[in-house]
Amino acid sequence: MSELFKNRHVTGWLMASPLVLVLSVFLVMPIIMIAIVSFWGATEWSIYPAFQFDNYAFLFGSDVTYRVFFNTFKYAFITWVFCLGIGFTAAYFLAFHVRSLTWQVALFLLCTIPFWTSNIIRMISWIPFLGRNGLANSTLMSWGVIDEPLEWLLFSDFSVILAFVHLYTLFMVVPIFNTMMRIDRSLIEAAADNGASGWQTLWHVIVPLTKPGIMIGTIFVVTLVMGDFITVRFMSGSQSANVGRLISNDISLLQYPSASATAVVLLVTVLLVIGILLRFVDIRKEL
Amino acid sequence: MRSDLDLELVSLTKRYGDTTAVDAINHLFHAGTYACLLGPSGCGKSSTLRMLAGHETVSDGNVLLGGRDIGRLPPAKRGTAMMFQSYALFPHLNVTENVGFSLKMKGTDPDKRRKAAMEMLELVDMTHLADRLPDQLSGGQQQRVALARALITRPQVLLLDEPLSALDPFLRVRMRSELRKLQKELGISFIHVTHGQDEALALADEIVVMNNAVIEQAGPTRDVFDRPATAFVAQFLGSHNVISLAEGKVAVRSDELRLATPGAAKLEGRIITVEYQGTHVALTAKVAGDQEVTALLTDKDFFGAPKDVGEAVGLDWDGTAAHPLRA
Repeated sequence: MSELFKNRHVTGWLMASPLVLVLSVFLVMPIIMIAIVSFWGATEWSIYPAFQFDNYAFLFGSDVTYRVFFNTFKYAFITWVFCLGIGFTAAYFLAFHVRSLTWQVALFLLCTIPFWTSNIIRMISWIPFLGRNGLANSTLMSWGVIDEPLEWLLFSDFSVILAFVHLYTLFMVVPIFNTMMRIDRSLIEAAADNGASGWQTLWHVIVPLTKPGIMIGTIFVVTLVMGDFITVRFMSGSQSANVGRLISNDISLLQYPSASATAVVLLVTVLLVIGILLRFVDIRKEL
Repeated sequence: MRSDLDLELVSLTKRYGDTTAVDAINHLFHAGTYACLLGPSGCGKSSTLRMLAGHETVSDGNVLLGGRDIGRLPPAKRGTAMMFQSYALFPHLNVTENVGFSLKMKGTDPDKRRKAAMEMLELVDMTHLADRLPDQLSGGQQQRVALARALITRPQVLLLDEPLSALDPFLRVRMRSELRKLQKELGISFIHVTHGQDEALALADEIVVMNNAVIEQAGPTRDVFDRPATAFVAQFLGSHNVISLAEGKVAVRSDELRLATPGAAKLEGRIITVEYQGTHVALTAKVAGDQEVTALLTDKDFFGAPKDVGEAVGLDWDGTAAHPLRA
């Protein structure tokens, strides 16, 4: 027995086993379960175990699926563009313009303050701001910028994306800031020594060296947006759909097999997207 | 003898808040010299170099290169190039791209850029590794690439910030002879910051010793070594004894000291250590006033009449070997 414990493979597996156990019970098993259920059959009032492709056939046969997937990608892409733009700028400011470490830490903590409240509350608080008689409209009208309330401010793609950007930009700031802090400052001096202007330094030195951080942030934002359903429901006033809402609707109708099939397709899609992203940038150094 | 490419510092000053890192220094670097800025850490030598390079703003004073005030120009417009202590090679670019970086910034087309980079790499003997990334190079190789990258801008003055400190001792000695050779070949000025006196002595035509934000002594290397002006210079350069005598402090080179019978010599004391160093023996004695004085004797002289720790000994030197020091 004691011989067995001396074997490093055995001790290695023993040390890894608690995590393996947790992950297999709470991650791997449910996914397998979902995959199995996605092949089951369903009638209006019952679900029965089977191995059939009806759910997938229906999913791929319906043009709602394609529109909803397209919408999901649209949200993910637009949110990504804004999160990247804002996140990169904020991280750049923190990393390169704020000189003292104390201020860097203070401002960084300031960025995380919104996370002290729940997602839902932060989302809902936009509603009185953006509504027809909300703060934004009444302010703009009192300034005379507009004569009638803007209808597209709330319950529109605009408000959905606004909420997404608000919720998820920090997921872009953190990894980019982290990567930027590891850039040797003398590289920037070296670029200046070689005649690079500020923009050239940004484009030829800082951006390439920040790529791993950008990629990690991208993975966060894309997976969060693609898997979301509550933001889309609240902020679009149930007028827009993404894949998450499709699944949640099926579940509320107790159509588990159909929900599972959609979930499997979504999972595969997200994994493909991440797989493609990882082909562009090697993030192993960051982990 | 002044030339068009002399580099002159005119009461150059650097202040950080209340502290003065460089205090109104004046110096003229003649074109084509290898100069070393030598001093302990915090003496202001690096700040001086960084002001010359343009990576630190000049608080006061001027930097003149060929009569032109370059003290407030951007780094690349000064006619200087800097080689960084950690080399600062761009980790995402290969050797050729690193060397050609400044040409890329100028918008030179890729073929020309590559050709010019290869010429520079040939100069530092690195053409065979042109496609490697900096991570895949040894310290010495990285340094050559950094040199090539600095030289491709055709600088009139190359500024080197402790270029050898990241190398192991063996490589350091080799790279310093290469630096020296390169400077001779190119005929441009090298200004090299170091805290190692052996490095400065081995490389420099001219030494500028700095301490406490000012230049303590500057001049041709041998002049500075042979006639240190202050106790600080004598001690920092090493191989000197600073001895307080009735007429004031003097510096005497350790190898100018010889043993004599006590009573018949300028100093007498008791031996506290004897250290064998191969070709020489270093003998340290404690003399009046609790001063420690080291004599460097050739092994033949010492073993001809060996001495032991604790023995009384007289120390003598030629009158011309003692240099009075400024307070």
